[in-house]
Amino acid sequence: MRIGTEEVRRVALLAHLALTPEEEKDLIGHFEKVLAYMEKLNQLDTGGVEPTAHAVVGHASLREDRVTNQADTTALLQNAPASESDFFKVPHVID
Amino acid sequence: MDLYRLTIHEATTLLRKREISARELTQAVLSRIEATNAHTHSYITTCDHSASLQAAAADRRLATQDPLSPLCGIPIALKDVILTRGLRSTAGSKMLAEFTPPYDATVTRLLKEAGAIIIGKVNCDEFAMGSSNENSAFSPSRNPWDFSRVPGGSSGGSAAAVAADQALAALGTDTGGSIRLPASFCGVVGLKPTYGRVSRFGVVAFASSLDQIGPVAKDTQDCALLLQVIAGHDPYDSTAVNLPVPDYHATLKSGVRKLKMGIPKEYFVEGMQPEVESAVNRAITQLEALGAQPVDISLPHTEYAIATYYIIATAEASSNLARYDGVRYGYRAPQSDGLRAMYDLTRAQGFGPEVKRRIMLGTYVLSAGYYDAYYLKAQKVRTLIRQDFLTAFESCDVIATPVAPTTAFRVGEKTADPLTMYLSDIFTIAVNLAGLPGLSLPCGFDASGMPIGLQLIGKPFAEDILLQAAHAYEQATPWHTNKPPL
Repeated sequence: MRIGTEEVRRVALLAHLALTPEEEKDLIGHFEKVLAYMEKLNQLDTGGVEPTAHAVVGHASLREDRVTNQADTTALLQNAPASESDFFKVPHVID
Repeated sequence: MDLYRLTIHEATTLLRKREISARELTQAVLSRIEATNAHTHSYITTCDHSASLQAAAADRRLATQDPLSPLCGIPIALKDVILTRGLRSTAGSKMLAEFTPPYDATVTRLLKEAGAIIIGKVNCDEFAMGSSNENSAFSPSRNPWDFSRVPGGSSGGSAAAVAADQALAALGTDTGGSIRLPASFCGVVGLKPTYGRVSRFGVVAFASSLDQIGPVAKDTQDCALLLQVIAGHDPYDSTAVNLPVPDYHATLKSGVRKLKMGIPKEYFVEGMQPEVESAVNRAITQLEALGAQPVDISLPHTEYAIATYYIIATAEASSNLARYDGVRYGYRAPQSDGLRAMYDLTRAQGFGPEVKRRIMLGTYVLSAGYYDAYYLKAQKVRTLIRQDFLTAFESCDVIATPVAPTTAFRVGEKTADPLTMYLSDIFTIAVNLAGLPGLSLPCGFDASGMPIGLQLIGKPFAEDILLQAAHAYEQATPWHTNKPPL
């Protein structure tokens, strides 16, 4: 399974990761090795097998859509890298 | 008497009789940490001041309140992926190095309500991704039995702290073996509960269909005590199942007579360290002598578990870690030219190499054109793996296996090739895929003096049976009384 630089860059774009050329090279090698290992799953015939998304036995519990906690804006802004009054501040979004 | 050497149940007895105070016990543990943490790097943050306040509060409760939880006045360490309000929680990552949570995880809250003392936050692989604690951004933990060796991961700090008597017990998390492997490498007891037994609310998510929080303790009785407090339904976690929690203490001493013990042939293969294999076989023989009935079973899809796991776990991780974008909390790359650059640089600088590898792999297997071939395929194999276990459990009550193919390896030994590291998880990983409970307890030492672990795997929500079997073995053997020489 040949993964090229272009493929790694496509995935890095989706993952929002800025990679150095060194990291790109390492990842190509890593992907090749790991994906080759994963080829082993193709030895199995999974026709008619239902996928398991969760190993939970029992139903997913639902609740009423009611707010039960207090919104503490001060506490929530405390870890903000940058903020202004009640807002998180970010670099410009639109050029 | 060195108070830090006590187990929870021993300490509780002395606290109730007022022979020792929570303050004295806490101070003893804090001094122990100060004297030894430089060797083991178990702790990222210790709570000297707040621990004293918590201890004073516990002493007041001990003086006046009845009934009391057995955890009242007991110093416990929490893996740094478990959020603690007002107390820095880093998840072992630069990304959250200065993050102070505005709320407690449910498990934190439950411990506090029981009067336990949160003594500090212990080290782990970054975002719980790793098997050796070498992926921590904070001076990776070392094995207390031999500082040149790893404690295992990702809950390396939890296991090291308990083994080194730097806490009376700890909580860890386990996604592919991250409680059981370090417990095995450090010679302590570690339990990964059934998926859904313990609330994941307030615990930094790695792989949401695999993560579980569980106890790391000095013996099986302590393990049961901790599980009792943290298990149960939680409206804040829709995957925490609403099933009653048994009284684990009530059945702890029930023994193993007539318990059918499955021995899966696929878990005793070439490539294991011979001393590990013989120690585990001796443990199985010991259990048989105690009344357990060995049954040969097969788990035919075992060899596919690692590939399945590393597709599913990385896919889920890529989704869970998308939130770390420098906007609302955590690290933000300075001086970015626009929002997009901020995202890309924040994540490039905030995450370590293994986390980036996993995010990349996870993103790839979920991306258009590859989803069916990898992620969907892995989900189907997961069904086959789970079915293997459920079929096996028709003819046995508990399954006995090794925890790892080797004892603790040296720092740096497996870091050159991530795939080699992934293969250390070979015996633990299928248990997470199947959502079953698994326990690791000490069953011997190798010629270098490094601990060996025995794994017991149970039916869903049968932690009581696991603890009962583990307790019987433990009480018939000396391993739980051994301490590292530090």
